[in-house]
Amino acid sequence: MFGNLSHLALQQYWYVIVALLGSLLVFLFFVQGGQTFLFSIGKSENERTILVNVLGRKWEFTFTTLVTFGGAFFASFPLFYATSFGGAYWVWIIILFAFVIQAVSYEFRTKASNFLGKKTYETFLFVNGMAGTFLIGVAVATFFSGSQFALDEMNSVTWQTRARGLEAVFSVFNLSLGFTVFFLARVLGLLYFLNNIDNNNIIQRTKKQLLYNVIPFVLFFLLFTVLLMLRDGYAVNPDTGEVFMEPYKYFNNLVQMPLVLVIFLGGVMMVLGGILTSLLRDYSNGIWFAGPGTVLVVFSLFMLAGFNNTAFYPSAYDLQSSLTIQNASSSHYTLVSMSYVSMFVPFIFAYIWFAWRSLNRKKVTEEEMKEDAHY
Amino acid sequence: MFESIDMSLVDWSRGQFALTAMFHWVFVPLTLGLSFIVAFMHTIYFRTGQEEWKKMTKFWMKLFGINFAIGVATGIILEFEFGTNWSNYSWFVGDIFGTPLAVEGIFAFFLESTFIAIMFFGWNKVSKRFHLAASWLTAFGANLSAVWILVANSWMQNPVGTVFNPLTARNEMTSFWDVALSETAVIKFLHTITSSFLLASIFVIGVSAWFLLKNREVLFARRSTIIAGVFGVLAALVTILTGDSSARDIARTQPMKLAAIEGLFDGQTRAPLLAIGALRRDATKMPDGNEKFIFKIGFPGVLSYMVHLDTDGFVPGISDLVYGNEEQGILSYEERIERGSVAIQTLKEMKRAKDRGDEVTYAAMAEKFSDPKWVEDYFQHFGFGYFKKADLDDLIPNVKLNFYSFHIMVILGVHFLILSAIALWLAMRNRWGNHKWLLWIALLSIPLPWIASQAGWVVAELGRQPWVVYELMPTIAAVTRLDAGAVQLTFWIFTLTFSALFIAEIKIMLSQIKKGPGGH
Repeated sequence: MFGNLSHLALQQYWYVIVALLGSLLVFLFFVQGGQTFLFSIGKSENERTILVNVLGRKWEFTFTTLVTFGGAFFASFPLFYATSFGGAYWVWIIILFAFVIQAVSYEFRTKASNFLGKKTYETFLFVNGMAGTFLIGVAVATFFSGSQFALDEMNSVTWQTRARGLEAVFSVFNLSLGFTVFFLARVLGLLYFLNNIDNNNIIQRTKKQLLYNVIPFVLFFLLFTVLLMLRDGYAVNPDTGEVFMEPYKYFNNLVQMPLVLVIFLGGVMMVLGGILTSLLRDYSNGIWFAGPGTVLVVFSLFMLAGFNNTAFYPSAYDLQSSLTIQNASSSHYTLVSMSYVSMFVPFIFAYIWFAWRSLNRKKVTEEEMKEDAHY
Repeated sequence: MFESIDMSLVDWSRGQFALTAMFHWVFVPLTLGLSFIVAFMHTIYFRTGQEEWKKMTKFWMKLFGINFAIGVATGIILEFEFGTNWSNYSWFVGDIFGTPLAVEGIFAFFLESTFIAIMFFGWNKVSKRFHLAASWLTAFGANLSAVWILVANSWMQNPVGTVFNPLTARNEMTSFWDVALSETAVIKFLHTITSSFLLASIFVIGVSAWFLLKNREVLFARRSTIIAGVFGVLAALVTILTGDSSARDIARTQPMKLAAIEGLFDGQTRAPLLAIGALRRDATKMPDGNEKFIFKIGFPGVLSYMVHLDTDGFVPGISDLVYGNEEQGILSYEERIERGSVAIQTLKEMKRAKDRGDEVTYAAMAEKFSDPKWVEDYFQHFGFGYFKKADLDDLIPNVKLNFYSFHIMVILGVHFLILSAIALWLAMRNRWGNHKWLLWIALLSIPLPWIASQAGWVVAELGRQPWVVYELMPTIAAVTRLDAGAVQLTFWIFTLTFSALFIAEIKIMLSQIKKGPGGH
């Protein structure tokens, strides 16, 4: 079935899957966003326990999605993995570190003799929420703004800066996406709290925080969108594979791919709708609009970066070293065999949904935590 | 281009990967084994409804959870490090790792992470049947996660099912099933999984022995010992059997590794399997005619029998492999270096022809890579082309480390079989608590399976050196070009973090164990 598809069709199929995983990951960053409120919303020990426990039921999903996103990228576009991870060493190492300290914190926080103390593990969760979201935002921004690298005849990467990727934080454009993702994660975390916690103090503080965080989120998102639409982009000549700069490339992509435009606008409306109904009315299901809305917006951004003859991981240093979905991908055979495996994805979604529902039927209360707190 | 590689960069990068992998492997085998032990206990609780079994399930499940978290935390580092520190390798093997990784991500990771939440939180929230299913699915998910990374590792030991594509300068997969079901992969999976079950069994038997020595939770300890005993004896038997098959597989696919782990410098018929031995301090790894051993005790002909199922079979030694052995049809390393250089030169000429637009030369060169005869005569030795004839000893792995690691692993394996068999036998007769000295042995044996398991990985990975992909890609060619200082810095950051996490983990485990199944 997949064997008859052209290499390009398979490359596009896998870019779509990777994009979907990336979009899902940003939605699931509500766990990271929620972690940044442990101290500002959780004023007492009990309240912090509630927050940690409602997030703790979901942290594995985010973590696994991150691992799978990385794995899928490695599998389908190994040259991206080799170039970006090996090149932008410090960015990825710091992101990695932020997630390593998260994985142990939930399990260790309340355990007796945990060596570093409860507060340290809570701080780890806070750091994970800050650094993880912000830096992934910055790293993804380089999909549009480009990096400083060259590839040799064996496709080995040479990075041109000693900062090894950290130089990306000196660009307003990259920063705008970093902060957008950071504040978006916080907003989603708050919406998740509204949806899952039954405790007056927490809900009141959550609503207040929602207002404080929506404003910077919207501002940074607007800034990012405007800068993206105005900038030159990395276009590929489909016949020769040559990469060249095209003015307003990403705006052109949006116009030339109307479906992507619809997805983008639909996603934005869902995110804003989810937030506004939660702010203005006593509505606790905002996460179910803002979350899927996030998936749609992020997905459309990935499409702008890689489809319509665009280089998705461009080199500003050496245009011809830029990575496209065609020159960075796995072989036809490998993509075909992976595609068969991908047919099981709907089944996976089904059981995840079933499992999620079975644990989240009721909102969490303080009483429940007294007898049944795991973390 | 590899002349410019900074050796300290290679060493620090290897050090960092070894540190992470070995630290990861402190937690993973216990998780793999405990997950099934917990699922068994949970099943008995489901069947009998007895509170004692629930208590047991919850106790071991808690220890499982503590371990699982830190296993996950260190696992993601390995995934990232493939890219950050071994980027050339990532490109070279990316096409082969792709499918196993996709399968692992889709089937195993989500299975594990979805149902582990239900396993821990589900006690009063979901039906008892669904809850039990979650315990089993978590165990399967965890063990399935191990399959694919082991497939990938096996391919590095024995690169099958692929062909080199000179246009992309990498290996590309031609048969998924050849990669996934190669003998190396199947044996490695079984050996690794069952030795992990064995490790968890020895852990459960040892911890239970502590309760018996303290005269606490006697029923709990006895039952735990029986479950772990059954599990342990079966696992030990399969571990030993697959270890034996593994030796045969290594003899076929990595003769140098076999020679190194047995300290076989000169090949022979009726080659002995050494039970124990000590290498001289001044023994170099190059075969030079000097006596290498202070003493050695072995069983004559057994190694030949293991390899050929014939005590008179010839097993090549390090000397035969390095200097060649015409009688046995073994090419010398000098010859292989020469042929490897021809293959590398051909690739470079092909690229140059392409750059200057010389289509004819380009096509002629590209043609060679698909000619089976040329591939066998030259490309097969591609990796050797990176080495110099003057440095033949670079091509021999560390013999001492491999020799001792291998023999420690084997001796301990036998100890575990005996220990779990005795524990099971006595516990079933309700006499396991009567012999304090046996309980002490069980308690003191807790760290030993970790030593054996790590030693096994030392053999697998250091025995493979100097290759990252056996005889195709040398480790020095796989590394990301970074400042050695950057890797040094991350090495120490990881060391510090791992030390803190390790102390935390041990302290938490000890305090949970001391609380016992009755405590909260």
